[in-house]
Amino acid sequence: MTASPLPVQPAQHPPGGLPGLDPAWSRLVEVPRGGRRGRHDAEVRSGSDTWHVLDNASQVDAPVRGTLLCVHGNPTWSYLWRDLLRAGAAAGWRVVAVDQLGMGFSQRTGRVHRLADRIAELGALTDVLDLTGPVLTVGHDWGGPISLGWAVDHPEQLAGVVVTNTAVYQDLDGRTPAPLRLAMTPGVLGTSTVATPAFLETTLALARPPLSREVRDAFRAPYPSADRRQAIGDFVADIPVDAEHPSRPALEALATGISALRVPALLLWGPGDPVFGEQFLADLMHRLPHADVHRYEGASHLLPEDVDVAGAVVTWLSDRFPGTAGAVVGAGAADEAASAAPELGTAVADAPFVPLWRALEERAGDDGVALVEMAPPGASGPRAVPWSLLARRVDELGRGLLGSGVRPGDRVALLVPPGADLTAVLYACLRIGAVVVVADAGLGLHGLSRAVRGARPQVVIGVPRALAAARALGWSARRIAAGPLPTGARAALGIDCTLVELADRGRAAARAGVSDAPPEPSADDDAAILFTSGSTGPAKGVAYTHAQLAAMARAVGSTYGIGPGSSLVAAFAPFALLGPALGATCASPDMDVTAPRTLTATALADAVAAVDAAVVFASPAALTSVVADAGRLDDADRRALSGVRLFLSAGAPVPPELLAAVGRIMPAAEPHTPYGMTEVLPVTDISLAEITAAGDGDGVCVGRPVAGAQVAISALDVDGAATGPAGREPGVTGEILVSAPHVMDRYDRLWLTHHAARRDAGWHRTGDVGHLDREGRLWVEGRLAHVITTPDGVLTPVGLERRAEGVDGVTRAAAVGVGPVGVQTVVLVVETTPAVRRPGLADLDLTARVRAALDVPVAAVLVVDALPTDVRHNSKIERTRLSRWAERVLAGGRTGRP
Amino acid sequence: MSARHAAGSVLPVLVTGASGMLGRAVATAILARGHAVRTFQRGAADLPGAVDERGSLTDPAAVARAVEGCTAVVHLAAKVDVTGPEAEYRAVNVEGTRTLLAAARAAGVRRFVMVSSPSVAHVGSSIVGEPAGPADPARARGPYARTKAAAELAALAADTPEMRVLAVRPHIVWGPGDTQLVARVVDRARRGRLPLLGGGTALIDTTYVDNAADALVAALQAPADAWGGSYVVTNGEPRPVRDLLAGMCRAAGVPVPARSVPPGVARVAGAAIERVWAVRPQWGEPPMTRFVAEQMSTAHWFDQRRTREALRWAPAVTLDEGFARLAAHLAPAAAAPAPTSPEGRV
Repeated sequence: MTASPLPVQPAQHPPGGLPGLDPAWSRLVEVPRGGRRGRHDAEVRSGSDTWHVLDNASQVDAPVRGTLLCVHGNPTWSYLWRDLLRAGAAAGWRVVAVDQLGMGFSQRTGRVHRLADRIAELGALTDVLDLTGPVLTVGHDWGGPISLGWAVDHPEQLAGVVVTNTAVYQDLDGRTPAPLRLAMTPGVLGTSTVATPAFLETTLALARPPLSREVRDAFRAPYPSADRRQAIGDFVADIPVDAEHPSRPALEALATGISALRVPALLLWGPGDPVFGEQFLADLMHRLPHADVHRYEGASHLLPEDVDVAGAVVTWLSDRFPGTAGAVVGAGAADEAASAAPELGTAVADAPFVPLWRALEERAGDDGVALVEMAPPGASGPRAVPWSLLARRVDELGRGLLGSGVRPGDRVALLVPPGADLTAVLYACLRIGAVVVVADAGLGLHGLSRAVRGARPQVVIGVPRALAAARALGWSARRIAAGPLPTGARAALGIDCTLVELADRGRAAARAGVSDAPPEPSADDDAAILFTSGSTGPAKGVAYTHAQLAAMARAVGSTYGIGPGSSLVAAFAPFALLGPALGATCASPDMDVTAPRTLTATALADAVAAVDAAVVFASPAALTSVVADAGRLDDADRRALSGVRLFLSAGAPVPPELLAAVGRIMPAAEPHTPYGMTEVLPVTDISLAEITAAGDGDGVCVGRPVAGAQVAISALDVDGAATGPAGREPGVTGEILVSAPHVMDRYDRLWLTHHAARRDAGWHRTGDVGHLDREGRLWVEGRLAHVITTPDGVLTPVGLERRAEGVDGVTRAAAVGVGPVGVQTVVLVVETTPAVRRPGLADLDLTARVRAALDVPVAAVLVVDALPTDVRHNSKIERTRLSRWAERVLAGGRTGRP
Repeated sequence: MSARHAAGSVLPVLVTGASGMLGRAVATAILARGHAVRTFQRGAADLPGAVDERGSLTDPAAVARAVEGCTAVVHLAAKVDVTGPEAEYRAVNVEGTRTLLAAARAAGVRRFVMVSSPSVAHVGSSIVGEPAGPADPARARGPYARTKAAAELAALAADTPEMRVLAVRPHIVWGPGDTQLVARVVDRARRGRLPLLGGGTALIDTTYVDNAADALVAALQAPADAWGGSYVVTNGEPRPVRDLLAGMCRAAGVPVPARSVPPGVARVAGAAIERVWAVRPQWGEPPMTRFVAEQMSTAHWFDQRRTREALRWAPAVTLDEGFARLAAHLAPAAAAPAPTSPEGRV
């Protein structure tokens, strides 16, 4: 490429009236040419270029903490950072956002600017700008490599890096993203990028939600004609897609350079980006392993337009750079500050670490029964797996996985239904230090797919149906098949091998003299990624270390007296997986565990009889189904069930009526229910007798903290925000805080979410609301997001719902707030028996009876045929969705269905 | 009207529009607190204990006579219909208010409470928990709302240290003696001509008459920082239209409405009926107008936190208590509604 024939056009100020842009920020800066690494000849070096930059320097209150140097990509301009200029000024940070030469309102130079030029030119600009204090770079799109190039070149000034939807490395084997491939096709390139605004318009159309007309026009403002757009085309042509490209060496040097950066790094990502896909995020995470990462589910390429990037950056700055400006520069400062925070669960941190696989290894010679599957896939009757076989299988699979290239720290997604296969491969992964990614079908296919894609496993182990989905959804992971494989499926599904082959390989490896057991992971290594049920938004990944998983098993074992020699029936998958760790014999009943309602009373009785189970675990939905079906139990079934000493209902709050009904089926059993969530389980436990003793109250009584766990409350303010410090004063309603050795390590790739949940030292914020009573019992009153803020104070839903459910004819109720925060009015949405055919206002009689049952004003009572609930438990009511629906109906809108 | 002021006060409070339900309730409440009351409207107020000064707001001399010697004014008189030429509304609501403001200032009145309507600020259809916005005479809907908006702006513009002015906007006032809403609802329900628009699901916040009267008395005694502002007053109990109509019908012992008409149909019918009534005004009040159709099929409820804080007032009578009082009032003999006074407020 030679210098473009287009004439030079001077830099200029943007037009007035662009939304969110303060004209006081605009500066034109003349910079002498001749950067350190520029390739230009002497003639070019002799002149100067004029930049347009946005600079909030005059609006930052002293002392200025440092400077954010923001670099836009192609084809945007510094306008992209307007919110950050404003938010930065308020937080004491100078923000300088540049328009790259030839872009935005900077000079049209008549030259082509390659990657190396642009990095050098940015350095020349900052030499003139006199940046204040330590500098953090902020880059988007192709502004990413350029800003990071500046970062690598200025170690003495650099304090940190922030990047959003960018790439520093183009894999030569990898596919160029389709939109770019098209744009780069000879003949198309000039047309789409320069002669017409097609490339610009395509980029602007990526915003989620769509940009307003005014903002769209602001992005178009510097690029009205072909002569203003030359650099857009030059930028695309500068993407170094092959080894011979002139910018390839600069990119490779940069990719190597940033791997040496040790400063704090923040990676913000919109996973919906069709250009910078998640492989680029993975590459950046590989190069900056210490980086804080936040993926915004649902956001796309123009991330600063899609979500509040400015707020995220300011939050991160205040966390990573809490001190004064002088203390910021250099690596390590932030790390020391972070490690000074108290550890969670210090009270019981002295308990010895017993890894989950230890019990299995200890029983490798035991021919007693470890697992019983009542209806294993592909078999006609129950199958019992002895401890010795399970231990051997785990060992073989572990060796097989290692032999096939799985490394400690690799993520392995397990899309295998609960059963012996899942148990074996799970323990094998844990044993070799692979991180298991466990997404259950209870998230729904869409939720599951989104969850697994977000966790970016290197390997997917699944049944053929799951692997077909994985292939269809384009997960870029190796695929290993569990269970029998239909002929021809191997190639069609792109399957590497099967679990049977893995085990064979492992056995062969063991025989071949590689007899030393593989090294064990350490207690603080990642062990598992689990997922929340997503009842308050997209499912969140939750990362546990081996120590935390071990603590979870210990908490379950000690709370329920389960250990070696115990036998249990698990109709609730998570507990089935803990059985081997506790040394307990575990039976899975004949049911579709992904649909708890498929458990019948007789199937439960059969499983209990098979292992002479003393303990039964089930979800509330499964228990409801068992109770409904109890009439079909015969005498033998009832005899088996009468041997159960404890049954546990877990997964969602359980009405005492249901516990009592199950108690009639298992008369010798003490009904218990734990309270907890994916992030920490169990938190508390309560028996039916204790529930009865607690009586009625505001919410559901969930008992006292289990051994090792502590609970505190952060009081709500009038807007329903949990702003109070951790406290234990009885009767105060607020967000429930938990401290325990078995609290998860972190939310996975959700730095902001994690930061918000851990903002109180030593505590995890659960997002649930409740209160402690004088006896130290915890009462759960609902979700923080579902709190109702009325002018007369904050109300929580569960207590209201329990009272409404006491009204004749009401089977289930949801209490929601309608209206703006602080002015909300209470609306009850109820399911009735018999169910209504069409949603709408409850009749006057039912309305009057519900109003009479509640001690707060109720604006309206609506009836629906079925309340919307989460897929996983079919019990967590989606109150946010109901609230939107109720507001629409009660504003005179169309009724429809919630 | 603080206690200190009240003790030595012999100067009366002028209540305009005292023949209407709310005017009468306010005058009674002021009298009950030991103050003298003068009433002003075209017909007789017939209020024991009050001095009645009859006349029209369009008669400056009569207005001046009425306000002479008063220390405070509660201004309720207005033309409140839903149809008719806008000029008639303007003469009473805008010019009449200007006349009264000028006369009050000349007479040395210290406090002036302008009774307005939430409709002065709302240009859209649905109101979901919004606070009182500024009056907008250009965009408010219908001649009543437009002229009341202009009147409220005129009143607030007259707020000075010598004569403090504030505006109170009660929303849908009802109660015993209500010849407007309750009487019409009951009458139509009795004749089986009260359909629910869109199933009657829209949440509407109404005001029981005694609460509105209390709020106006509280406004007369409002602290210094409250003057110059506008305050929406309601019961703070939004209910679906269906429930409100049912409450009134049950209190009157007539069948509750069950038939539903889609709101779009009602709006179209309302528009057609308005056109016919424009040329046949002798037929009396039209059965449905677009304005009424919209009012009865979209949400109307408010953020009243500022009102309660500024006026140091909270509603004392709940909706259900209000319905019970209405039933007690209607129980002895369902007397025929008295003729509507054009200057009595709903």
